[in-house]
Amino acid sequence: MRLLPRKLKIDFMGRSRHAMVLSGILLALSIGSLLYQGLNLGVDFEGGTLIEVGYPGPAELDEIRAQLEASGFDRAVVQHFGSAQDVLVRIKPDERPQSELSNQVLESLRGGGELELRRVEYVGPQVGEELRDDGGLAMLYALGLILIYVALRFEYRFSFGAVVALVHDVILTIGFFSLTRIEFDLTVLAAILAVIGYSMNDTIVVFDRIRENFRQLRRHSSIEVLNVSINQTLARTLMTSLTTLLVLLALFFFGGEVIHAFSIALIVGVIIGTYSSIYVAGSSLLVLGVSGRDLEVTPPEDVDDRP
Amino acid sequence: MKANQYPWWKNLLVIGIPLVAAFYAAPNLYPSDPSVQISSSRAAIGEAEQQQVEQILKLKALPYHGIEREGEESLLVRFADPEDQLKAADALRGALSDRFSVALHLAPATPGWLEALNAHPMNLGLDLRGGVHFLLEVDLNASIGKAYQRHAMDVRTLLREQEIRYRGVRVQGEEVHVLARDADTLEQIEEAIEEDYFDTFDVVAGEVEGQPSVLMRLTPGARSEIRRNAIGQNMITLRKRVNELGVAEPVIQQQGRTRIAVQLPGVQDTARAKEILGATATLEFRLVDEQADPYLAAETGKVPLADELYYERDGNPVLLKRRVMLTGEHIIDASSGFDERGLPAVHITLDGDGARQFAKVTGENVKRLMGVVFIEQRSDTVVANGETRRVTRESREVINVARIQEQLSKRFQITGLDTSRESRNLALLLRAGALATPMYIVEERTVGPSLGQQNIDLGALSVLIGFLLVMVFMALYYRLFGLVADLALVANLVLIVAAMSMIPGATLTLPGIAGIVLTVGMAVDANVLIFERIREELDNGNSPQASIQAGYSKALSTIADANITTLIAAIVLFAFGTGPIKGFAVTLSIGIVASMFTAIMGTRAVINRVYGTRRSPNLAV
Repeated sequence: MRLLPRKLKIDFMGRSRHAMVLSGILLALSIGSLLYQGLNLGVDFEGGTLIEVGYPGPAELDEIRAQLEASGFDRAVVQHFGSAQDVLVRIKPDERPQSELSNQVLESLRGGGELELRRVEYVGPQVGEELRDDGGLAMLYALGLILIYVALRFEYRFSFGAVVALVHDVILTIGFFSLTRIEFDLTVLAAILAVIGYSMNDTIVVFDRIRENFRQLRRHSSIEVLNVSINQTLARTLMTSLTTLLVLLALFFFGGEVIHAFSIALIVGVIIGTYSSIYVAGSSLLVLGVSGRDLEVTPPEDVDDRP
Repeated sequence: MKANQYPWWKNLLVIGIPLVAAFYAAPNLYPSDPSVQISSSRAAIGEAEQQQVEQILKLKALPYHGIEREGEESLLVRFADPEDQLKAADALRGALSDRFSVALHLAPATPGWLEALNAHPMNLGLDLRGGVHFLLEVDLNASIGKAYQRHAMDVRTLLREQEIRYRGVRVQGEEVHVLARDADTLEQIEEAIEEDYFDTFDVVAGEVEGQPSVLMRLTPGARSEIRRNAIGQNMITLRKRVNELGVAEPVIQQQGRTRIAVQLPGVQDTARAKEILGATATLEFRLVDEQADPYLAAETGKVPLADELYYERDGNPVLLKRRVMLTGEHIIDASSGFDERGLPAVHITLDGDGARQFAKVTGENVKRLMGVVFIEQRSDTVVANGETRRVTRESREVINVARIQEQLSKRFQITGLDTSRESRNLALLLRAGALATPMYIVEERTVGPSLGQQNIDLGALSVLIGFLLVMVFMALYYRLFGLVADLALVANLVLIVAAMSMIPGATLTLPGIAGIVLTVGMAVDANVLIFERIREELDNGNSPQASIQAGYSKALSTIADANITTLIAAIVLFAFGTGPIKGFAVTLSIGIVASMFTAIMGTRAVINRVYGTRRSPNLAV
């Protein structure tokens, strides 16, 4: 079975202008949304208390709100979580003793009948801030280290191309979370770091082929070499994205509510990463003006194998 | 034409490594038993205790399927049903004296022959087994402040002993100021202090508010010593408290410079855990001033000089002498129980010093009233106007006023607490000792037991479904080569599970399961790269054997490059992540490394076996 015909000749680079426009629009949307409304940060990064309780039957949110209001939690956010029986209560940090809030909320809710504690997360304001800083740092370190690795293995312009693609993917994924207002928590951050790894993985495969072809197809123009390389790796790019998406969909549908945001981040990231390794990485190489001459330092090794 | 053959040792590795891994992954197939662990730090557990436990369980008709004693320290009872486990724990807590702690536990049910191989199941994170994680911040400013106060006192004693005259010693922020009378004594003071404190303080002669003074500041070395001590002592106290709480396999470890992480698997009553972990409770015994009128003092605010105004629990004021007869430091043992009237009581045992001291003062004051002050401190964080503040609330209550009937000494009991929960907590806190420095809970993550089980079930289900989808897809797409890749995928999963079970300290979390799922998707990438390359080579008209050879060798550097970048991301994640996130990084890294072995070497060995020696096979790729 094959996804694509044998000798594929799609003119990707001819359409790179379209891709740039599309990426530009998406980037503008993402950055605009991030600047305008920011992210819907979860308890992990903002501090506060989150309590998940399970009721034996469907829970009435209004009743629960009234109950909490009566106990002085008038600013609590109450919502269903996954099913009508599960309820999530979120309280922002305030002037009450913080670490005991969750027990008071539970006590107040228990007054309204039988329920089961499923989860409590309390993050002090200071810890939230630290997690935020560490998260940002982690992302920068990951980007920096990968940049160095690619620069060592390829050439500095490849490394810029790879990082342009990476930053593109990260901004679009985070922008997706800003636009959809899906809660951004620690697991989402972990997913985005995994997206960095994944998208890099994809880009490297294409770059590897580009390097190989620059050495072998010396008479061709850069655009032709890029096109050939992307076409040759296209089947693999799509296959791997497909298998990865398959398992991610399994995670999304069967993995439970707790890792929903995590799997969404990865699904979005993998789709964007696939797109960017086809269009963005190559286009950025063109813009940076990479050509065969840049890679002639080491002579090609396996020309003899060719028929 | 060259045949594609592996040397024998490579074939051996390809068969051997997954086979060995399979043994070490096997313990995870045996579900662990819900069990109850009975332990004691203060009493040995022997035959008699075991019989007592068996009797209690028989009486309540709770079926168990195993009872094992581990040395003299603990006793483990295994149940088939988690409900029986909970009932049994309640029954045992009620029936055994509080010298024993009863903890819920998930005991691994690894068969003996696997245990003999040193094979154990994976550690499950709190998000999978249920329990509570606390992050406590040690208040270093408090311990540094205390150190300054203490040293200021010492300096006064030192100067008095050496008969050096001074105007005063006071603590000003992070400095001790020793005010001298004149320039001569200033030099003497400086010398005396320098000699005694050169390694703890930077001592400088200078001026404070125009007066000659010696300024003392803690050296950085001394400061970090204080920090280490404060954390060390608090960790010791925490360990004792957690032991007393009865928790199987607690984890207490320092995290960062000023924090302590506490993990209590299986703990459900987080309110009690919080009361116990962060609190400081102690007792003071003082005489009641029977001459003065406490109501008048409470109304007018005029308290006799030698007295202090306190309130009893019912709100009545009481005047106690300033002089303390006995402090809680001398208490070496405390247990909760009931007095003759069935009210909650705490039985107290004093150390030798305390017993002598207490015997003397109570002997001198027979027939007079004595008050017991219950002092409790709780530290917490509040946020007001966007600012985070630390607050420590101290409550001092008189829980009991009683006439001293006779001389008291080593053992006695106090009453006046409202509930047996209070008396149990107080006894525990007295036993475990005080915290050296206040602590604040800065993070809590609690997962209920049903959510933990649900996370395991959902995680396993999504691994299984993702796994099957990818396997079917690969087999359809690459036919025989796809099936070989599927084999490699199974081997990869076995390797991940085995590695997670063998690495000490590795813990499986829900994000960790997600990492396994993701690896399953990405592990086939290496095979996709190789197989696509083989197809290309065939399309270019190469011979099948040469195509296999070229497909593997050309894809190799690409696979390495691609995996190393993912590994870099995973390592950064491990370095920066906390708790569950680390679990994701660990499984992802293990999966990537394992896939390099299974997807490249493993599949090659199988493909060599199938096609390697044939002259011109028709490759099913």
